[in-house]
Amino acid sequence: MHELSIAQALVEQLDHIVRREGAAHVAAVKVTVGSLSGVEPEALDMAFPVAAESSVAAGAALVLELVPARALCHTCRAEFEPDFPCFVCETCGCEDVEIRGGRELLISSVELEYETREQDHV
Amino acid sequence: MCDTCGCGETTAHHHHDHDHPHDHKHDQPAPTRTVQLEEKVLAKNDAYAAANRSWLAERGVTAINMISAPGTGKTYLLEKTLERLNGRVPCAVIAGDQKTDNDARRLEGKGAEVIQIETVSACHLDAHRVGHAMQHVVRDGTRLLFIENVGNLVCPAAFDLGETFKIALMSVTEGEDKPVKYPSLFTQAPVVVLTKTDLIPHLDWDLAACRENLKRVHPGVFLFELSARTGEGMDGWIDYLARAAS
Repeated sequence: MHELSIAQALVEQLDHIVRREGAAHVAAVKVTVGSLSGVEPEALDMAFPVAAESSVAAGAALVLELVPARALCHTCRAEFEPDFPCFVCETCGCEDVEIRGGRELLISSVELEYETREQDHV
Repeated sequence: MCDTCGCGETTAHHHHDHDHPHDHKHDQPAPTRTVQLEEKVLAKNDAYAAANRSWLAERGVTAINMISAPGTGKTYLLEKTLERLNGRVPCAVIAGDQKTDNDARRLEGKGAEVIQIETVSACHLDAHRVGHAMQHVVRDGTRLLFIENVGNLVCPAAFDLGETFKIALMSVTEGEDKPVKYPSLFTQAPVVVLTKTDLIPHLDWDLAACRENLKRVHPGVFLFELSARTGEGMDGWIDYLARAAS
């Protein structure tokens, strides 16, 4: 269960983003998880609140966006979502395929809270 | 009390210059802003891994991250490998386990520098710990660094250590379908070692099915089939490592 390590790394990265953006707290974070990333979404969902306790992300909502594996056929150049776990080109049936996506583990957006508000005045 | 305007409010409010008077709102909820990013969750580990990779490249060291389930025979294969490479290719080993330095002790006295990392609660090695450990075992002239990861097929696959490449190992006492069950590792390891092949005659185990499963998840993968105990298939493995180190 390495998802706790992943969650701890996520919180560290959020702390870094909060400082960089001059914010105070994370309200929500969206993470893209590829089907080949080796990360179990449910386990990450469980580990995140524990890792985030007493941090800038305490109580933050975690939204996981799951993305499938993607492959490119070197023979016919077709791009496709391989029929997991069999990586054979759907178009020409050859096995000369390259995994192009599915290993993502990315922070795709963060909702940040600030201490002060710039107000519009008339 | 607010340091700027001297009011008694402690909640968020702001100060700015204009020439018209108005009342400040002192009870606004915290303002929010959403930023779109594309940042790796493991950015810090990846930065350590990149530093390890350049450190090793500068010294001409090929580093191999060996990943398998517990009991595949990584340590025994390494024992036999170090014996065969002794005097031919200068080697170093980082052995990772949750507890004990048993593996490091088994690997000592075979011509390689060996260090043990006890990960305690972690189920994988990370680039930061490997970065410290490699400085203890990589000497002038070291050509091959074996990183024996914690026995686990899932977690170690997610953490880049700065290795030159990963090797996935599986034994013939594990299911033929291991490659399709654990694709996150088997799709990214360019080399797979099948161990304990001397046991095949004693098992209902289908070598052809195993090869087929591996080919399905990783066409073009480089497969070694060997027995460290009998030495069958070891020549090809040792030659391959000697070439990888040159």
